[in-house]
Amino acid sequence: MIALLTRDLRLAVRAGGGFGLGLAFFLIVTVLVPFGVGPQTGLLTRIAPGILWIGALLACLLSLDRIFALDWEDGSLDLLATAPLPMEGIVSVKALAHWITTGLPLVLAAPALGVLLNLAGPGYLWLFVSLALGTPALSVIGTFGAALTVGLKRGGLLMSLLVLPLYVPTLIFGAEVARRGAEGLAVQTPLLMLAGISFGVAALLPFASAAVLRINLR
Amino acid sequence: MMPELGKYAGTVLSSYAVSLVLIVLLIVVSVLRSRRIKAELQRIEERQKKNG
Amino acid sequence: MSIWEYANPVKFIRTADVLLPWVTVAAVICLVTGLVWGFFFTPEDFRQGSTVKIIYLHVPAAMMAINAWLMMLIASLIWIVRRHHVSALAARAAAPIGATMTVIGLVTGAIWGQPMWGTWWAWDPRLTVFLILFLFYLGYMALWEAIEDDDTAADLTSILCLVGSVFALLSRYAVQFWNQGLHQGSSVLRAGAVTGVDTTEKVSNVYFMPLLVSGIGFVLLFLALVLLRTQTEIRARRSRALLARERSA
Repeated sequence: MIALLTRDLRLAVRAGGGFGLGLAFFLIVTVLVPFGVGPQTGLLTRIAPGILWIGALLACLLSLDRIFALDWEDGSLDLLATAPLPMEGIVSVKALAHWITTGLPLVLAAPALGVLLNLAGPGYLWLFVSLALGTPALSVIGTFGAALTVGLKRGGLLMSLLVLPLYVPTLIFGAEVARRGAEGLAVQTPLLMLAGISFGVAALLPFASAAVLRINLR
Repeated sequence: MMPELGKYAGTVLSSYAVSLVLIVLLIVVSVLRSRRIKAELQRIEERQKKNG
Repeated sequence: MSIWEYANPVKFIRTADVLLPWVTVAAVICLVTGLVWGFFFTPEDFRQGSTVKIIYLHVPAAMMAINAWLMMLIASLIWIVRRHHVSALAARAAAPIGATMTVIGLVTGAIWGQPMWGTWWAWDPRLTVFLILFLFYLGYMALWEAIEDDDTAADLTSILCLVGSVFALLSRYAVQFWNQGLHQGSSVLRAGAVTGVDTTEKVSNVYFMPLLVSGIGFVLLFLALVLLRTQTEIRARRSRALLARERSA
């Protein structure tokens, strides 16, 4: 399992692995928003938590098809399927690798981008916390979507259509934590709900993803 | 016969119109597709019977 | 004699052929009665004016939008557990109907909301959840279309339906947490609606009876369309199978 994880990480970091693309995308989205809504700092402060959450979510979505696509093309996914490792384990490791290469950089970069959007003072901490709690859920849900569309030629667009509705609860609670944090309100309830979603999803969804992957590899 | 709908006539009539159009559209699409597929299946079955 | 006999496609097509005219006629009768009764012979509400007549479309459509998804969920479960092809195809057949019902619910609601709430659209929990439900329908149908192999498609879509149901429920509560809404609570089946006591908090009996008839009409319409569309799907699959055999022979 650890061997698989390090292999995935190494592949992602190497040239052509697309590591950092999500981060660049996140930066560009954040930069584009003020062009779209105008430079008034008051407005930007208000929408900053939501924009940063949506930017992180889209950056995450963008890199999802890499989870299985390369392994599918060169056949190593079939090898993995016959390996002694259970499919649920493979799927979980894949999701973890995706989170480390995409989610974690986003979490670390978000406060820095918050400066660009004039995020309110206490918001930095809560934005960081909510993304740190929420992005694993995005990776796990995304792995399910990637597993559903793995064999399809133009699966990318379809995958967005399938995955984005599934992101709704995570986005709502995550952005709510960040928004309430930025406005200095109590964050406990949405924070607990967000944590519940993340842990619940991480515990249960790999079974669905593994089932889907088995069907697709049949 | 037409009931007095008052100032909301447009609202009521347009919602009825939209709904009925959507329902009829759904029915027509379903029936047409059903006919087409049925005919296609018959054609294939007969051809295969002829060819043995 | 058990219900699983109808899992045989031939038997299903034959039974559906027998049932279809009856269900269709009953659906037409109920729909026409309910809608005509509601449209022409019910009084105006003292606050909503004549817009109250939209209820005969809005409520049944919204109800069927959810029931269609439930039916797909059950059909998907049956497919996963017992692997009856008719079940998977019935789920596929129901999806576009459910999506249409969702659109009707949303559109009539928007048209009604314009004069009543003063806005076409509000990010109210119920409205939002219906929009999300519509997205789920779209994704489900798109996945069916995208996959060529029939059994794979049936497997994947039924798992998507299960996972989607969980997330749709989650979204429902998340959205309620996110925004308290404008939409009135459900007033149709509140206490007294069936026993006939008029209270201010529920739909009065004047409106309830035609609504009930129209609701039954929508259910029958859904049933008729599902029967018809499932037949179509079975035949389409048989055509594909025959063609495939022809090519390989």
